[in-house]
Amino acid sequence: MKKENTVIVALAVLAAIIAATWLILVAPALSGNEINMTRGVTPQSADHFDLHMIVLWICVVIGIGVFTVMFTSIVLHRKSRGHEAAKFSHSTKAEIIWTIIPVLILVVMAVPATTALVKMEDSSGAVMTVKITGFQWRWKYEYLDQDISFISSLDPTSNAARQLDSGIEPTSVDNYLLDVDHPLVLPIGRKIKFLITADDVIHSWWVPALGWKRDAIPGFINEAWTNIEKPGTYRGQCAELCGKDHGFMPIVVVALSEDEFEAWVNEQRTGQRQIAQRGTTP
Amino acid sequence: MSTETTYTDVNETHDEHDHGDHKPTGFLDRWLFTTNHKDIGTLYLIFSLTMFMIGGAMAMVIRAELFMPGLQLVEPDFFNQMTTMHALVMVFGAVMPAWVGFANWLVPMMIGAPDMALPRMNNWSFWILPFAFSMLLSTLFMDSGGPAAGWTMYPPLVLQTGTSFAFVVFAIHMMGVSSIMGSINIIATIFNMRAPGMTLLRMPMFVWTWLITAFLLIAVMPVLAGAVTMLLTDHFFATNFFNAAGGGDPVMFQHIFWFFGHPEVYILILPAFGVISEILPTFSRKPLFGYSSMVYATATIAFLSFIVWAHHMFTVGMPLQGELFFMYATMLISVPTGVKVFNWISTMWQGSMTFETPMLFAIGFVVLFTIGGLSGLMLAITAADFQYHDTYFVVAHFHYVLVPGSIFALMAATYYWLPKFTGNMYSEKWGKIHFWLSAISVNVLFFPQHYLGLAGMPRRIPDYSPQFADFNMISSIGGFAFGATQLIFVGVVWHCVFRSKVKATAMVWENPRGLEWTLESPPAYHSFTTPPEVTHNMVRHAE
Repeated sequence: MKKENTVIVALAVLAAIIAATWLILVAPALSGNEINMTRGVTPQSADHFDLHMIVLWICVVIGIGVFTVMFTSIVLHRKSRGHEAAKFSHSTKAEIIWTIIPVLILVVMAVPATTALVKMEDSSGAVMTVKITGFQWRWKYEYLDQDISFISSLDPTSNAARQLDSGIEPTSVDNYLLDVDHPLVLPIGRKIKFLITADDVIHSWWVPALGWKRDAIPGFINEAWTNIEKPGTYRGQCAELCGKDHGFMPIVVVALSEDEFEAWVNEQRTGQRQIAQRGTTP
Repeated sequence: MSTETTYTDVNETHDEHDHGDHKPTGFLDRWLFTTNHKDIGTLYLIFSLTMFMIGGAMAMVIRAELFMPGLQLVEPDFFNQMTTMHALVMVFGAVMPAWVGFANWLVPMMIGAPDMALPRMNNWSFWILPFAFSMLLSTLFMDSGGPAAGWTMYPPLVLQTGTSFAFVVFAIHMMGVSSIMGSINIIATIFNMRAPGMTLLRMPMFVWTWLITAFLLIAVMPVLAGAVTMLLTDHFFATNFFNAAGGGDPVMFQHIFWFFGHPEVYILILPAFGVISEILPTFSRKPLFGYSSMVYATATIAFLSFIVWAHHMFTVGMPLQGELFFMYATMLISVPTGVKVFNWISTMWQGSMTFETPMLFAIGFVVLFTIGGLSGLMLAITAADFQYHDTYFVVAHFHYVLVPGSIFALMAATYYWLPKFTGNMYSEKWGKIHFWLSAISVNVLFFPQHYLGLAGMPRRIPDYSPQFADFNMISSIGGFAFGATQLIFVGVVWHCVFRSKVKATAMVWENPRGLEWTLESPPAYHSFTTPPEVTHNMVRHAE
């Protein structure tokens, strides 16, 4: 390659890498917004995050490789530079190489992908079960071992602000659209099994920090599990279009330590007994 | 060029009684009753451009509502009608008819046939469409509103649609009939009407990809028709195909739908592969690299498209074995797709490239489609998909393969062949302006949606938490810019057809290969009334 050409290619590749880096990393970071998948607070969410990053980087490397070759060609092999067209039209060797190498890359990706999936689908050994039922447009939670159940809907402040032309600034509402009246309270450090279903149409229960979503389907009971490692409040939303208020049925999980959770359970039981004695349904 | 001597202009050899330029005179005779493949192709293309603008207007409503958090413009139900209709109009009204339009114009000219094999059916398959889409769009004005359950029409939600649902189902049936007839016609034409010497492995890639696409269409459109018919009877005649309370299975609909739906996305993209394989060699001044592996790769992609459907529904709670099968099968698709991308780059490599508008759109296609393909590989990974599924990451992915994918290929095809169709050159300056504005704005529109999805924004929501505000605003600005830019496209096409003073030569470009370039620009109303003799060095991939 002529020296002048090498310089042009180097500059073009440099410009492409700078542009891509700026677009992918710098610009979003400057904006202060979250731009990547959350690492989450469960073994599954960490698995899925790692898997995501492995595949993402493989894709970025492949992309940079492919585009470098392509743009090298675009810079060098142009008629305006007097480049004469070559005549070749096939190369069996090259085609075999670029069939086999992608297959090998896929095999490398398939190993962690399979491991993570097998783990996700194994809900055995759970010590507590919560049944989740999707309704248009709220969630019902039933603690099958603790005999507690309640309905969780969009918090009234968000609900007022989200009406068309409400005049309420969404940014003035705490956790706009991501807050509920009764959050799902769960203990940390326990393997919890979820039984997920729906009463009317299909919904999907998703809290990104837990690492997965699972559809809530009328007539079906889907299983999923979690084991939250860190106390905190984790927010999510319905992820399957379920009608006009699909965007307005958030999910809030409050993860408490064992002791705090037991205290919460006792408080709920007393509360529900009182309601039952008053003769109203919970 | 030594090959030029073998090109024959058949218009010089036909006899007096069969003059190639004999057109029907009256407006209705010319357009309503036409059986001419070029006229029907034109009708398809005009129809498709109209639908592209209508579907685009709906996208503008969506992006305007999502410009900032809070509801400012439309009620959530109308928002859902917009997302649903945008998809139906763009998939069935804009992209598919555009490809059929190009097939009508080009397949006969590329294989040396005088017309399509079944000209009257050709007329019918087009004229069904305006009625089907009038009916579909009319549902927006009905009391019950248009369909709002997404273009995927999952029950039980879709069964909550009002009386307009019957109109939607009937419209889909009509679109299906139109597509099936179009496909039969294309298959019959390609198998029966090739000029002497035009063997299957000499056919241009566009003809090959359309042949395979036509088989996909015939295989899956009846499946969609069956699925929506079951929805219809569940809705109006108390059957229980998908009603769990009556012993039915709502997930079965998703399996049936995506058995149609996944081949459908390849129906939208395979002809694009064909177009890119025509354009890159012309402007690289080199033969297409690896012609036969391109054909096999296309056939492999088509075959695999039938066994990957459930990757659209990883979260429905399938057994582990099922999830593993669909993950592995989906990952495999990246192998033949990779072969195509590598072959395109090898076609450019060591060429003598120039960058007219069709070439710019073709290069834009290869780059941006590859980005969409790579995010598709990420989505195939089932466990990670439990996070990606139904978020804006998915929206970004499929818009990357459909907008700078299929739509860019359609733009490339338009700039490449419009001078041939009309006999006039388009404005290169405005074509390039159209390309650069489109290429920049489409990335501003869709790239930030990757971030939104990864950060946790679900798709199909009319309002969102303020943490997603910045990227939604950027995306909307890109959307408005992309929408406005397409008005330039309409202007360029209008100018080329009616106003351009620069006449196109028969070849239009510098030594393009293929039979269509042996005809005049514009070609005679009836071209190839006597078939040309095709020799090896006339075909695209000849060395």
